[in-house]
Amino acid sequence: MAEDGASGFVIKPMDQFIVKPLFGGDHIAWYTVTNVTLWMAIAVVVIAAVFMLGTRRRAIVPSRSQSVAELMYGFVHNMVEEVTGHEGVKYFPYVLTLFLFILFSNLLGLLPGSFTTTSHVAVTVVLAMMVFLGVTVLGFIKHGIGFLGMFWVTSAPLVIRPILAVIEVISYLVRPVSHSIRLAGNMLAGHAVIKVIAGFATLAVASPVVIGAVTAIYALEVLVACVQAYVFTILTCVYLRDAVGDGHH
Amino acid sequence: MEGDIAEMGKYIGAGLAASGLGGAGIGVGNIAGNFLAGALRNPSAAAGQTATLFVGIAFAEALGIFSFLIALLLMFAV
Repeated sequence: MAEDGASGFVIKPMDQFIVKPLFGGDHIAWYTVTNVTLWMAIAVVVIAAVFMLGTRRRAIVPSRSQSVAELMYGFVHNMVEEVTGHEGVKYFPYVLTLFLFILFSNLLGLLPGSFTTTSHVAVTVVLAMMVFLGVTVLGFIKHGIGFLGMFWVTSAPLVIRPILAVIEVISYLVRPVSHSIRLAGNMLAGHAVIKVIAGFATLAVASPVVIGAVTAIYALEVLVACVQAYVFTILTCVYLRDAVGDGHH
Repeated sequence: MEGDIAEMGKYIGAGLAASGLGGAGIGVGNIAGNFLAGALRNPSAAAGQTATLFVGIAFAEALGIFSFLIALLLMFAV
């Protein structure tokens, strides 16, 4: 892709997303331990460390790591209660798990030399499909066949209701696509931009500017990592509201 | 030769598809700008509406993401 010029000016922004087996070989089967597996495991270990070691003493006046854990817990709890309503608090553990996994995967991916698991569509599609299937099954369990009434907009005039129903069904089915691609796309694009701009540092003239630019974009990426975790979680809450709420929104 | 033209068309198409993200940019900017305008008029009501703000941004962004998806498909899947 990139030109291999005389100056050796090569930028390969997509190389950081290559999935490699950890223990040699180049064949990847479903059980192969790859760098994706490694960084997912690291994310889980870090979450467990923050939450279990941080809250171990259960102090009245929280230590620093305990208040980090408490802040995140309270933040997601408020969000679920506010968006989904009182009925949705039952599903709060799942939403918190999603939020923490995505947030820590995103933030760990920003460490130099690390691997961003959430930049892979395969990872985010699984997360989004779990939400989609879970919400659909839950809706049918809660409301029975009446869950389909969600697509029949009773507040619209009778003539355009069938057209609206088709649109509603399409927008419902497209949810997991946008839900997953949004996260993966943001991560992929952000990291690729960092690498492209960092690649210009090989030109000696440009390097002071490039260092400033990379720092600024890195700061932006930290923000994006948090915002995308938040957006994924809040959309999960919105979808959940359709299933556990009273069905009329 | 024919393969070259197909390859070229693929990359041009990917570039054109990515321009759809500009629409998402306009939409997201519109939402954030209007939110800010409303929030400055009535700051006390703003805090309760941040969830709505982010949901609105996410939905506006979703349509841009589809064009990004098309670009990615053209680059890597076609």
